[in-house]
Amino acid sequence: MKIVTICGAGIGSSGILKVNAERVLRKLDIEADVIAADIASVRDVAADAQVILTSAEFVEAIGSTFADVIVIENYFDTAELTAKLEAALG
Amino acid sequence: MPLPSLPESAIVLGATADDWRAAVTLAADALAASGVAKTTYAGEMIRMIEEHGPYVVIAPGLALAHARPGPDVLGNGMSIITLQTPVNFGHPYNDPVQVILGLAIVSADQHLAAVAHLANIFNDSTAIADLAAATSAAEVQRIMGVLT
Repeated sequence: MKIVTICGAGIGSSGILKVNAERVLRKLDIEADVIAADIASVRDVAADAQVILTSAEFVEAIGSTFADVIVIENYFDTAELTAKLEAALG
Repeated sequence: MPLPSLPESAIVLGATADDWRAAVTLAADALAASGVAKTTYAGEMIRMIEEHGPYVVIAPGLALAHARPGPDVLGNGMSIITLQTPVNFGHPYNDPVQVILGLAIVSADQHLAAVAHLANIFNDSTAIADLAAATSAAEVQRIMGVLT
């Protein structure tokens, strides 16, 4: 399984989402590659992704995709991440 | 990579900012004061938000002000600004912002160790309020897990 985290710069916020998503996935016992990328490369990086994690601001720019686009409100709230990843993958 | 630095020169408590641009500029100026960025980094940070929206407000009350690695970045470092009066960034969930964490990163492939450290700190939901209430640079450094 491939999960992509998207932000404007491809560092910083998408990196935090990646780190926390990996922690949550480990707890859920789900194996996945989590890749942090910037919005400019979303077409290439997320072409074969099952899930895209991002902020509300990027949903429109991500556009149509086969992946589940999940909007995260608080990047540090692992309970929110857990609930949303479980709903998408469970 | 070693943790990004957070010297006393990069910490400003109880600052005044009229709007989010002024708040982000304070975070960039503090990075410049500690020698890890040029003052022109402020323009890059602001441009990211103008281009993509206020997504840098990644948790209630906290903005992670940053841009890409580039010629404006001289080293790996953080800055912390706390505001006397919070400002709005226009974020749908996480306004108003009282703490701005400035981040300068030299190389994209090395930044994950730094953000993993940030996740360790801020996954504790009290960290943002603790920073907002901090009254000394040493207190901020303690919350941020930076040894001096």
